[in-house]
Formats: sequence, C-alpha cells, structure tokens
Amino acid sequence: MGYVAIADRDHEVEHHDPQTFISKYVWSQDHKVIAIQYGCTAIFVGVIALVLSAMMRLQLGFPDTFSFINPENYYQIVTMHGMIMVIYLLTALFLGGFGNYLIPLMVGSRDMVFPYLNMLSYWVYLVSVIILLISFFVPGGSTGAGWTLYPPQAIAQGTPGVDWGILLMLASLGVFIVAFTMGGLNYVTTVLQARCRGMTLMRMPLSVWGIFIATILGLLAFPALLVSAIMMLFDKTLATSFFMPAISSMGVDPGHTGGSPILFQHLFWFFGHPEVYIVALPAFGIVSDLLSTHARKNIFGYRMMVWAIIAIGGLSFIVWAHHMYVSGMNPYFGFFFATTTLIIAVPTALKVYNWVLTLWEGNIHLRVPMLFAIGFVFTFIHGGLTGLFLGNVTIDLPLSDTYFVVAHFHMVMGVSPVLVVFGAIYHWWPKITGRMYNETLGKWHFWMTFLGTYSIYLPMHYLGFQGVPRRYFAMGNTDFMPASAQDLNAFITMAALFVAVTQVLFFLNVIISLRSGKKADPNPWDATTLEWQTPDTPPKHGNWGHDLPECHRWAYDYSVPGYKDDFIPQNVPASDEAPADRQHGVEEH
Amino acid sequence: MEIGLIVLATMLAALLGWLLRQSFNTQPWVAGAAAEADHQAPFNARPKLVALTTFLAVATSFFALILSAYSLRMELGDWVPMTEPSILWTNTVVLILASVVFQWTRNHAVNGNVARIKPGLLLTGALTTAFLAGQWLAWQELNASGQYITVNPSNAFFFLLTGVHGLHILGGMYVWGRATVRTFGGQEMDAVKHSVELCTIYWHFLLLVWLVLFGLMLST
Ligand code: HEM
Ligand SMILES: [Cu+2]
Repeated sequence: MGYVAIADRDHEVEHHDPQTFISKYVWSQDHKVIAIQYGCTAIFVGVIALVLSAMMRLQLGFPDTFSFINPENYYQIVTMHGMIMVIYLLTALFLGGFGNYLIPLMVGSRDMVFPYLNMLSYWVYLVSVIILLISFFVPGGSTGAGWTLYPPQAIAQGTPGVDWGILLMLASLGVFIVAFTMGGLNYVTTVLQARCRGMTLMRMPLSVWGIFIATILGLLAFPALLVSAIMMLFDKTLATSFFMPAISSMGVDPGHTGGSPILFQHLFWFFGHPEVYIVALPAFGIVSDLLSTHARKNIFGYRMMVWAIIAIGGLSFIVWAHHMYVSGMNPYFGFFFATTTLIIAVPTALKVYNWVLTLWEGNIHLRVPMLFAIGFVFTFIHGGLTGLFLGNVTIDLPLSDTYFVVAHFHMVMGVSPVLVVFGAIYHWWPKITGRMYNETLGKWHFWMTFLGTYSIYLPMHYLGFQGVPRRYFAMGNTDFMPASAQDLNAFITMAALFVAVTQVLFFLNVIISLRSGKKADPNPWDATTLEWQTPDTPPKHGNWGHDLPECHRWAYDYSVPGYKDDFIPQNVPASDEAPADRQHGVEEH
Repeated sequence: MEIGLIVLATMLAALLGWLLRQSFNTQPWVAGAAAEADHQAPFNARPKLVALTTFLAVATSFFALILSAYSLRMELGDWVPMTEPSILWTNTVVLILASVVFQWTRNHAVNGNVARIKPGLLLTGALTTAFLAGQWLAWQELNASGQYITVNPSNAFFFLLTGVHGLHILGGMYVWGRATVRTFGGQEMDAVKHSVELCTIYWHFLLLVWLVLFGLMLST
C-alpha cells in the first residue's frame, strides 16, 4: 500500500468556498465554524446548568426561604444540572468544540474528512439539546430521577417528570449519542487519515492525542448508555421488565415482574466511568500543551504522556463498579474494582508529575491560559486524592451519597475540566477570532473563579465527613449534624453565587474583545504547533492557503539550546533550524 | 458484563497493537525531514474504510453490551426460554444468500465487470428486503400466538434484538439505495465500486451479528 496522504490528493477534494451568509455561518461544513457552533450551544446550556446550580444552592443555604423551590422541582433541578454539565456541556464542548477546531489545524489538514457528516453532527446535537430543553415545559416537568436515572424510581409513579420528562430525557440522550457518533467517526478518521506529511502519530501534540483517545472511549462507551436508554424506554412504554422489579407504586401496579435494577447500574456505569475520562483526557492533553507553551519548555516525558493517556483510556473500562459498592455486591467483586481503581491512579499520577516537572525551571509566563492550566493541576490533584479515598470499599461505604462525594466529583470533573475549558478558550481565542482579549480582566476572572470554587468545594468535604447526605432537599430533624453545618451551607451558597456572578467577567471580556479588541498577532504565544502557522488569522476556509504544511519535528521544540528563538514551529525543516554548528545541539536535548 | 468486556478488550488490544507498531522505538524529539517520516505513515487514503471499521467497532460494542444484559438477565428466576418461530430459519438462509450475492457483486465490481453490478445490487436488495419482511412476519406470528413482548424477558429480548438488528439493516439499505441510484444514474464506476465494497463488508458484519444473536436465542 503506497503512501498517498489525502493531503497530497488535493485536487480530488473539492474546496469551493461557501459564498452566502447561510452556507458560510449556518449550514456550514467548515470545521472551524462547526466548532464555534458546538461551543456556543454547549456554553449556552452550560449557563442554564449554572443557574440551576445557583437555585439548588439557594435552597440548601437558606432553606424555607424561597417559595419557588419545592422538593419536586429540587430533584428536577439536580437532575438537569448534572446531566447538562456532564453530557451537553463538557462532552460536547471538548469533542464537538475543541475537537473540531483543533484536530484539522493541529494535524495539518484542510478540514475534517467528512465535512457534511460533521455539519450533520452539530445539527443533530442541537436537536438533542432542544428536546432536552422542551422537557422543562411539558406537563409534569423534566425528570427528577437524578443524573444516573436509576430504575425503578426513574420510571415509577411519584418521581417528578415520570410521564413526559423521562421520555424526553431518554430520547434526547439517544439523539445526542447519534450526533456524537457522527462527530466521533470524523475525528478518528481525520486523525488516522488526514495528517499532513511528516505528522507521524508520535509527533502529534498531546491535545490531539487526548481528544483522539477520548473519542475512541466515547465511541465504545456511549453504546452502553444507548442500550440502557432503549431498554428503559421499553420498560416505560411497553411495560417490559428488563430493569423493573415487581412493584406497586402509589397504589398503581404497572405490571412489571422480576427485572433487575442492578443490571441498569452495570450498564450505566459501564458508560459512566469512561465518560469521566471522555471529559478528562482532552483536558489532560490541552493542559499539557498550555503548560509547555507558556513555560517555554518541552513537555516532560512526551512518550510517557501518550502512553499514560492510552493506559488510562484502556483501564477506564474496568473500574465501573466502584460506583456500585453500596449496591450489595460480592465483596470479592468490590475488591477487584478497588484494585483496578487504584491501578488507574498510577498513570494518572504519572501525568501529574510530568506536568510539574515541565514547569520545573521553566521560563514561566503567567498569562491567563497558564493561570488556568496551573489552577487545573491544583484542583485535579485535590480531586484525584479524594478519589483514592472513595475507591476503597471500606472508606466509600460510609461516605457514599454524602457531600464528600459531591465535593470529590466536582473537584475532579466539574471544576478541573471547566478551568481547562477557560484556559483553552483564552489560549486559542486570538486564533479563533483574530483579536486579543483584556489580560487584566482575564486574570481577575481566573482568580475569582479559582478561589471561589475552592471555597465552594473545600467545605463540602467536611460536610461529607459529618454525614450530610447528597440529593436532599432539606435536612429535617437530624441529630448527627451540628447546627454549624447550616452556617457552612450558607457560606457555600454565598461562594457559589459569587462564582456564578463572576462568570460575567468572562462574557464581558468576550464582548469587549469582539467589538474593540486589539488585532491579534498570528502567533501571539510563540507556539510551535501548526495551528499557529496558518497564513491567515483567523484561518480561512481550507486553513492553509495554497500549500499544505509539512511537519518536520514534534510539537515541543521550546528553548532549543543555541537556536535564536525560544521555539521552532513544527513546519520548520531540520536544515533551516540554525547555522551548521547547531547540528549537535539537536542531539543533546 | 463479561461478554461486553471480552469483546471490548479484544478491540482495545487490536488498537493497542497497532499503536505500538506506530510508536515503538521512535524518538519524537529528533527533528527530521517530512519525507523521512513517511515510512511510518500508515495512511492509504481510504477514509471511508477507516470510518466504516470504526463504526463496526461501535456497533460491536452496542450488540455485545445487549448480549451482556441478556446473559445477566437470563440468570434471574423468572426467565422462561422462548420457542423461536420457525420462519427465522428461512430468514437466516435469505440473509446468508444476500451476503453471498453481495460478495459476488463486489468481486465483479472490483474486477471492472460493470455489467454484473446492476443485477447484483437489485438481487441483494430484494433478498435483504425479504429478510426484513420475514422478521416482521415472525413478530406477527408471535403476537398472534399470544407471545407478546411483556410475557417474559426472553420475549422482550427477542423483540429488542431483532428490532435493533433490523434497524441496522435499514441503515445499510439506505447506503445500498444510494449506490443503486448512482449505478442506474450512470455515475462514475469508481465511486460505485467503493460503496459496493463497503456495503459488502457491512452486510457480512450484520450477517455475523445475526448468526450470533440467533444462535444465542436458540440455545437459551
Ligand atoms: C459553580 C458551579 C457548580 C455548583 C455551585 C454546583 C452545585 C451542585 C449542587 C448543589 C449539586 C447537588 C447536590 C445534591 O443536592 O446532592 C450538584 C450536583 C451535581 N453536579 Fe454540580 N455544581 C457546579 C458545577 C458542576 C459542573 C461543572 C459539573 C460537571 C461535571 C457538575 C456536575 C454535577 C453532577 C453530575 C451532579 C450530580 C447530580 C445528581 O446527583 O444527580 N456540577 N452540583
Ligand atoms: Cu468512576
């Protein structure tokens, strides 16, 4: 099989530039426009989820104060908040948003391999979002089953939204999975088939590696969610008994017999745990690139980083039952999953060491993206350590379903990825829009978000130790909780409202930059990766002008000794790199 | 969940082996001309084949997970094995024939024997439609004899499995339809040839899935 990169068969790929406004910005097949569409939609639903979290906090911090929150809609709010944040914000933003924008640019391709499918992916995603939002307005409201949708209560009478809400939720998830699969096929195929000349797999930036492996995880794990959604739909609409045991709820006997709720839990978490890494791996990759670029140092242990991503991806399929320690499983089973959970900590810790070592003696520029990246290292270590607690059966049993768990997963998969999202937006903003943002405003945004979220979640660990249960509308008469727990809850709520409000700084920055931001340099951070070497900023349709780039080196040639600049872009040939006497310098580092 | 795990592990192992070959023994930090790196580049510019393979992995994961659920649910007390309608045997033969004819068409297409493509495509289309109709009849037969979906979990799984398998076939029929329309529209043979090749792989895959599903349902 001869080597004919798609790149070289340019004439076969049609590139007629879209002319009208509609084909350019609405029904666009350009990966950059689709990325922005994905990003804006995801952030839009993310803001809704943020408002929902503020409502929960109002209730928890000041119970009996707000008449618009009652036990029923509290459950609906919890559910929608969790589901939107995990699936419709983070998954869509990292893969549909950053995946779309970065993959073709970073591997030196003109677009995704299947632009039409890519466009379809976005519009189908939008449909799933619309179905989700409609569920707020149907009779009975959205589902209140918790984001884990455990049966029997998810489809049993008495749960909010049991008539329409749950149906729309399951339908929306199904549609989302279709959209994700269309996108995912594109990302995988583009990485495998459309890299430019010289871009070997081991020269790809870690961002691409993270997104690539996360996409594979998603493609293999989302079917588990699809299967459980379909089977639950059957149970709900056709009265089958896949998951539903014989129950009579609120005097009604829906006619189920003998189903197994535990079966659902297995399927759900077979998806659910890899989902954590579907969100985390792109974040890992992006953070690596941000740290390396802004510390002017090559990433420490590149190959190790790649293998750690792959190892984490593989291992993430055999830890799912650590979410089910309290489901009454065989102790040996629990022991097995505790072991695998602790094993996955090894490659993860490796990555953390490598990030820290990348910073070691680096020439650190504390610009906004760098602040967010370093912030991520803190919150991620923090969330990772509490994960080690919860991974052990004996420690998890008392802590399960308390605020300790809420604190843990918000640190590790709430705050951490969101910090990366912001860091990445600030980092690539000049390329995406062609304008600079206000650095000071960005720094304020970072510090308030970082310190604010810490003040939300640090106290929650303590509440968890005291036994404050998760998913409770109100605590009622509980003896084991001291009255001070309520003061802490009030404080957390103040912090949460503060964080929510400070996000205005971000949107302000965006608006100001778009209207009157300084025109951006094509490569303001002196970065090596290909997306910064495009002939136009922002890149035009087709990305590279007439000639495709060629890749001659890895993405981390920062501060190469003896070279005049402190970075060498990936498309600079080895021979141009420096005067003749430089040759041995290359071997040294 | 063992079934799901084993299937997934196999797919991941294949991926891992491939990645190892790509990246073992490389020194990414050494710069070199683009051309020198070419020998490592595995692309042969068949993006559709790569996408199809990836999709087959997704579908494999999907079916393997349903089968995992099947095997877990089966162990619970209320499971009563179902008697499969005998028409399924006929359907199976029809689907095998569809696959065989598709392979025949593909071989002719690859060898540039254009005249055989049209009848081949029509015949596979007819056979596949017959299979779907046969599955529909099986459903009718079950319903007529009171074997509704709610009667027993084994019935529920029967309807679920045949249903999702049928949907996958319908998806294939869409691509088949496009290839057929193109063939009769007198389009360039290269494009048609490629879709026929890919469709054939997909048909074989769905046949394999069906044989596994049918075998499992018969034996339990
Ligand atoms: C300032 C931002 C946020 C605040 C104040 C917040 C607050 C909360 C609160 C109060 C709960 C309910 C706890 C309970 O009643 O048991 C919750 C649940 C949850 N949150 Fe957040 N959250 C935020 C951001 C996020 C993000 C970014 C994610 C993304 C992963 C996320 C994922 C979840 C999930 C999965 C649940 C569980 C829902 C359930 O129990 O069904 N949250 N959050
Ligand atoms: Cu997990």
